[in-house]
Amino acid sequence: MIKLFPWRWSALVLAGLMLVPVAAPAADLEINTPAINAIKSSMQQRHAQLAPHYGSGAVGLTRDGMVAVRDANQVALPKRAAVNGLVAAENQDRVALYREIARANGHPEWEAEIRNTFAQRWIDRAQAGWWYQNPAGAWTKK
Amino acid sequence: MRLKNLRMAVGGAALLSIAGCVTINIYFPAAAAEKAADRIIEEVWQGQPGEIRPKAAPEPEGAPAQPKQ
Repeated sequence: MIKLFPWRWSALVLAGLMLVPVAAPAADLEINTPAINAIKSSMQQRHAQLAPHYGSGAVGLTRDGMVAVRDANQVALPKRAAVNGLVAAENQDRVALYREIARANGHPEWEAEIRNTFAQRWIDRAQAGWWYQNPAGAWTKK
Repeated sequence: MRLKNLRMAVGGAALLSIAGCVTINIYFPAAAAEKAADRIIEEVWQGQPGEIRPKAAPEPEGAPAQPKQ
C-alpha cells in the first residue's frame, strides 16, 4: 500500500494536467455585452453621418484610435458645429468602447492596449481616400 | 529512487503548467484583441455606401462611379 501511494499521487497530478488546457487560453475576447452592443449601435448610426466627412478629408482617424477634425474648410460654415459635435460624440463612444471591452474581459488595465489595437485596425480597414495619422502623427491620405 | 524522480518530474510539470496558465491570463491577448476589433469595426462601418472592403475589386465599367479623391 505504501509503495502504491506515489502512483496514486502521480495519477492525480496527471488528471490535473489534463484539465489545464481546458482552462487555459481564451480564444476570443468577450465583446457581446449589453454595454458594448449599445455603444456599437450608437457608433453604427453615427457612421452614416460621419462617412462623408471621412471621404472629404474634413475628419480623419487619429493614431490613438479616435477621430479628429482635420480640415474644417471642407465643411460649409453652418455645418461645422454639427461636425464638431459628431466628432466629440464619436470619441466619447470610442473611449467607452475600449474601456468596456477591457472591463468585460476582467482586465481594466488592458484598455490602452485595446485602444492601440483598434487604432491600427481602424486605419487598416479605412477606405481609400480617407485620412489618418501615421505613427509620427502626420496626416496621411490612404 | 526512480519513483521519487518521477514524482518530482510530474510535480514540476504540473507547476509549470499552472504557471503557464497564469502567464497566459496576465499578458494581453493581442491576436484575440485584433479579431475582436475587426468584428466590431466591420459592424460599425457596415452601413457605409459603396465598398466595404478597401481591397475590393475595381468597379466594372458602366457601374456608377464612386466619388474618389
